[in-house]
Amino acid sequence: MDIVAQHLLNGLMQGTMYGLVAMGFTLFFGVMDVIKFSHGDVLTFGAFAALVAALLAQSGGMGVWVQILAMFAAAVVATALIGTEIARFFVLPLRHSPTLNILLLTMMLGTVIRECLRLFYPNGGNPQRFPALLPAGGINFGRAFVRYDGLILLAVGLALIALVHWVITRTRFGLAVRAVAEDEETARMMGMNFRRVVRLTFALGSATAGVAGVMYGLYYSEINYGMGVLLAIIGFSAAIVGGLGNLWGAIIGGYLFAGLQTLAVALAPAATEYKTFFAFLVVIVVITWRPTGLLAEARSERV
Amino acid sequence: MSSPVKAPVWPVLAGVILCSGMLGAIVAVEDQRLIVAMLLGFAAIWFAARRWGAVAALERSAEQHPGAVGGAILVAALAGIALLHEDNFGFLMISTVLLFASCCIGLTIQLGYAGVSNFGAAGFVGAGAYTAAVLNWLPWMPDLLALIGGGVAAVLVGSLLLLPVLRTRGHYAALTTLAFGIMFGVFLDATPIVGGPQGLKLSGVNLFGWDFSNDIRLGSFLISFYANYVLLSLAIFGVAIFVASRLDRSWVGIWLDTVRLDETACAVFGVNIGFWKILAFTAGNFLAGLAGATYAKMLGFIAPNNFTLSDSLMLVSVVILGGIGNRWGALPATAILVLLPEKLQFIQEYRLLIFAVLVVIILMASPAGLVPRRTRRLDPHLIIGNVGWLTRLVPHARSVPSPQRGEG
Repeated sequence: MDIVAQHLLNGLMQGTMYGLVAMGFTLFFGVMDVIKFSHGDVLTFGAFAALVAALLAQSGGMGVWVQILAMFAAAVVATALIGTEIARFFVLPLRHSPTLNILLLTMMLGTVIRECLRLFYPNGGNPQRFPALLPAGGINFGRAFVRYDGLILLAVGLALIALVHWVITRTRFGLAVRAVAEDEETARMMGMNFRRVVRLTFALGSATAGVAGVMYGLYYSEINYGMGVLLAIIGFSAAIVGGLGNLWGAIIGGYLFAGLQTLAVALAPAATEYKTFFAFLVVIVVITWRPTGLLAEARSERV
Repeated sequence: MSSPVKAPVWPVLAGVILCSGMLGAIVAVEDQRLIVAMLLGFAAIWFAARRWGAVAALERSAEQHPGAVGGAILVAALAGIALLHEDNFGFLMISTVLLFASCCIGLTIQLGYAGVSNFGAAGFVGAGAYTAAVLNWLPWMPDLLALIGGGVAAVLVGSLLLLPVLRTRGHYAALTTLAFGIMFGVFLDATPIVGGPQGLKLSGVNLFGWDFSNDIRLGSFLISFYANYVLLSLAIFGVAIFVASRLDRSWVGIWLDTVRLDETACAVFGVNIGFWKILAFTAGNFLAGLAGATYAKMLGFIAPNNFTLSDSLMLVSVVILGGIGNRWGALPATAILVLLPEKLQFIQEYRLLIFAVLVVIILMASPAGLVPRRTRRLDPHLIIGNVGWLTRLVPHARSVPSPQRGEG
């Protein structure tokens, strides 16, 4: 029983992280119909910004909670800035070019970010220890041991998902995002500042990834320059499996992917190396079965 | 059908001499400052040639005199081998360029002609390479079969992906091959029977008693054994170019274009979308697998980190960098990709960064690439055998939900 609870918590944690990344993909796709593949490396950038902020706050002799706050603030600001500038200088000018070009462009931008971290961050080629700031220890639920930091991070992640959902569905800005996603031309005719909406959406989506990056660092107490690559692909898969452009789809996709990985580990503890293999296999099967994702818009075109 | 103006043959000869001269000079020179100066000179020549229509003249001439192109390249290759005769490393680099370019021509057939996205190309190259390595365990297996087996294995692996590739479009289709690339890497890393992270060793090629690991002796003149691989790679590159040009210049090329540009219109005219996508995907994977098998045999050692996601992205970038849909563009683009970091040691550490920045600049400033695709000179009599009956093997596509709104 306790092992099930452990797997469940671990899966929830990973699913929340994947869901946060996938939400970014789905937001960008919603407003611009593009995939911004540098998303994972933006996440890494956020984690490194948080690390620097924490180290600075530490050397300034600030308290633990100030350090944590500085971390999240640095990650959010850094990723929002870089996300909105990528939208401004790279994605907006190229938005009418072929899908392949934008995909490749953003992949290469991601490579630039990743290589810059590797080459120019001191000792950036090696994994960096992330300060363990959250309270250590934990509580026993029955026989399952639950770490406090895990619980706190899970709560932060869920709160963030709820926040983004609230922003998109309940605020004026969210209305603008949904309007642009629905029909860009009409939205512009109604007097919406399209470029501004796009840039703010990119800031929001990237900041979400930044928080996910800090969560990753705090949970695994280690970050490295390449950690965003797999996270981006998993987040992309989650967004696709859920149905691009659908916020709930992204969240469900994230938990589904984490669930599959966890299931593979739980069912075959001897072959944990294959968990990602198994999860991607199921992803391919799912999109073959539902070529537009699980929660796709029911539009059909006869060919 | 012949075009009204017959193009002269000399631009082909001049072009081949100039290009092979530049390639040979880069390979042979070691002085870093001289290489940088040469590269700047070559870039200037290139842009001037593009600006004043020399590249276009070359392409026109090349397309009307295919025999002259092949002959000139072969002569240039032999002359290059004679000049560089003991430069092992130089030969290795040239073979690598040719094999990478062959693989990129396969990708051009997929991405550039039929519009089938493939972000797992390194996986198919790896399937070929690992097949060659596994077939190496059977002592009686002739190497020719091992090389072709590499291509066939890539096709078989690719056929597992046919259904998802045919049913999905746009970003959804990109995910299928992306996920395959990751799965392939995870599988190799986790499976000890194929060597796990340590990889596998292979013996060199031996075709019909012609042992590629022996140096070539012509009297007292000694040529490094790597020259064998240069010739083999050149042959594979020739096959790739031949297949691609046959596909492109016949009616098949037009059908592939319609499949890429407008599936709805395509279906209205009764073109079997599924069949042509399968054909392009299969042909591209075969070339990737063949090139992979040869590469593995040449290096004598392969490991999973030769076939990662970033290698797949590199291959797609080469196709875009060269000019999407232009089969010859793969050659200068791979030459830049392979030779620059090897020859300029001071950029070794920064090569990925420089390459990524380069691709970003090209995509922003000149998305058509180094050698933009030109209108084909259609040859309606060029028939690759009567393939019409084959299309009946694949049922016509049924109603497919559109993955995204307003995709052009």
